[in-house]
Amino acid sequence: MSKKIGDVILDVQNISLRFGGVKALTDISFNVREREIRSIIGPNGAGKSSMLNCINGVYQPQEGSIVFRGQTFSQMNSRQVAEMGIARTFQNLALFKGMSVVDNIMTGRNLRIKSNLFMQAIRNPFGIGGAQREEEQHREFVEHIIDFLEIQAYRKTPVGQLSYGLQKRVDLGRALAMEPKVLLLDEPMAGMNLEEKQDMSRFILDVNDEFGTTVVLIEHDMGVVMDISDRVVVLDYGRKIGDGTPEEVRSNDEVIRAYLGTTN
Amino acid sequence: MIYQENGQLKISYRADQQIFPILQDRWAVLAILALAFAGIPMLADEYLFRAILIPFLILSLAAIGVNILVGYCGQISMGSGAFMAVGAYMAYNAYVRIDAMPLIGALLVGGASATLVGMFFGIPSLRVKGLYLAVATLAAQFFCDWAFLRIGWFTNNSSSGSVSVSNLDVLGWTVSSPLEKYLFCLSFVVVFALIAKNLVRSAIGREWMAIRDMDVAATVIGIRPMYAKLSAFAVSSFIVGVAGALWGFVHLGAWEPSAFSIDRSFQLLFMVIIGGMGSIMGSFFGAAFIVVLPIVLSQLVPALGALVGLSISTAAVSHIEAMVFGALIVWFLIVEPHGLAKLWSTGKQKLRVWPFPH
Ligand SMILES: Nc1ncnc2c1ncn2[C@@H]1O[C@H](COP(=O)(O)OP(=O)(O)OP(=O)(O)O)[C@@H](O)[C@H]1O
Ligand SMILES: [Mg+2]
Repeated sequence: MSKKIGDVILDVQNISLRFGGVKALTDISFNVREREIRSIIGPNGAGKSSMLNCINGVYQPQEGSIVFRGQTFSQMNSRQVAEMGIARTFQNLALFKGMSVVDNIMTGRNLRIKSNLFMQAIRNPFGIGGAQREEEQHREFVEHIIDFLEIQAYRKTPVGQLSYGLQKRVDLGRALAMEPKVLLLDEPMAGMNLEEKQDMSRFILDVNDEFGTTVVLIEHDMGVVMDISDRVVVLDYGRKIGDGTPEEVRSNDEVIRAYLGTTN
Repeated sequence: MIYQENGQLKISYRADQQIFPILQDRWAVLAILALAFAGIPMLADEYLFRAILIPFLILSLAAIGVNILVGYCGQISMGSGAFMAVGAYMAYNAYVRIDAMPLIGALLVGGASATLVGMFFGIPSLRVKGLYLAVATLAAQFFCDWAFLRIGWFTNNSSSGSVSVSNLDVLGWTVSSPLEKYLFCLSFVVVFALIAKNLVRSAIGREWMAIRDMDVAATVIGIRPMYAKLSAFAVSSFIVGVAGALWGFVHLGAWEPSAFSIDRSFQLLFMVIIGGMGSIMGSFFGAAFIVVLPIVLSQLVPALGALVGLSISTAAVSHIEAMVFGALIVWFLIVEPHGLAKLWSTGKQKLRVWPFPH
């Protein structure tokens, strides 16, 4: 691989997050460089998803700050995060169940739509008001994503009817529709068979390669993590216990201890 | 295989993004419009206009409004009757207080006022969901019931709280006969149904549905829950308000606050549940069902009773009506939460592959 890893784009500094008495994250710091694939691993309940939720503004950490492209935030606002170009997929499918595949992915374009409510109300095939033209342009973009993810056959299908693996692809598609700088993926391959995992790994690598998208990946499958990550952070009980290249992490004693009995 | 899309390959996104992408559907809609504007006026009599068609049209419009909020945005509302009342009374005030206020202007003032009130009572939706929101919107109902009964200004100080309008005309065209009233309501319904359909298939509609289906994911892709929810309350109560104004001005002519009681709110909610949540067409189905069913039952039940030698009183008929409604609501909620619209589309799907079983 000849990709060029750039400067730090996302810097997590001393983040602590508590839910009542539960310390989900304790003083976590790590950074993510432009165009790298940065994995977060750790046993169940280690705080991986909570970490992404802090970056997304879904959870507000009690301490610490997050620096994105030079701007420092002590709290993230979801809308602003989306506007800055951070997209996200979910561990437990979080698709819009009542909508078709196309519409789900189209929601990823919503931030870019300029037509206001009145222009949308008078949407018409004659181009008056401009809403129709805008819809068509975004639809075209979405079709590229549908082609890329090889889900052409399911465009109009309500997402609830798709298999789990395909739903995971739609989730990725919705995030990609935002044309993000940074893509946060929460266990995109959980529950998949080998073939589906290979497809998903390929999509992630392609996105990273072709569009230079930075990827933060939570994954339990060590094979996949070791194969595609540039660097890995290891969490355990809300603390960081390892950080480095896959080789460094693999030979870290504390990591081995934390993982004894929990990996299979 | 008469109803199908074969041979209608969509070669552009514009073609695929039409309001009715299937050719037969477009013809069906045109046929329905022709029937509604030309056929029915020739066939129907005064009773049909007054007792069935006009109420059906106006309640369809209201149901579309409620469906936007409840079906598309997933925000429960029990205050629809109140928003209809706001539309009716504020349209009335605009009509009688402002010189030379045109009829359509007054109706739109009614809608705009309902928008403001709807958004105000929608504010709790930013914090609470489900049952709690239902209770908050119920407050709108009780507040409006009270305000229109007790605050004289709204009713131009009429002692009973009853108001009336007369001499409706639009640019010199008088709206007085049942046929004229029917055509007037029909035009409103067509325009608003088109607007509603446009909204729900555009970006704002996707925002509403995203909030309804998975609000955390919606937030993370940059949808602001506040904007999505309040815009749904605004659009919904505008349409409901206009429907309320039409109900007062065109259907009733003279009305008092009880015309828009909590019963009305429930009735609209039932229409949306029976017709189909998240379906514009379902709103029409639901309204038709609720307008027509009592009439059918009032004919059918005594006839059936006579068959077995029983004479059934009107009171008993209305009790049976309530029981049938109750049973249907439960049945739809359990068996087909997407209502008649879903049954309709399943039927179409069958037709599409007919005569093959799959
Ligand atoms: N909303 C919440 N309220 C209360 N506690 C929470 C909440 N979210 C997470 N936690 C707690 O924080 C801790 C970390 O959870 P988190 O979901 O981040 O773990 P994870 O590393 O993603 O685990 P998994 O591999 O199972 O997905 C857990 O103890 C969890 O119970
Ligand atoms: Mg997790």
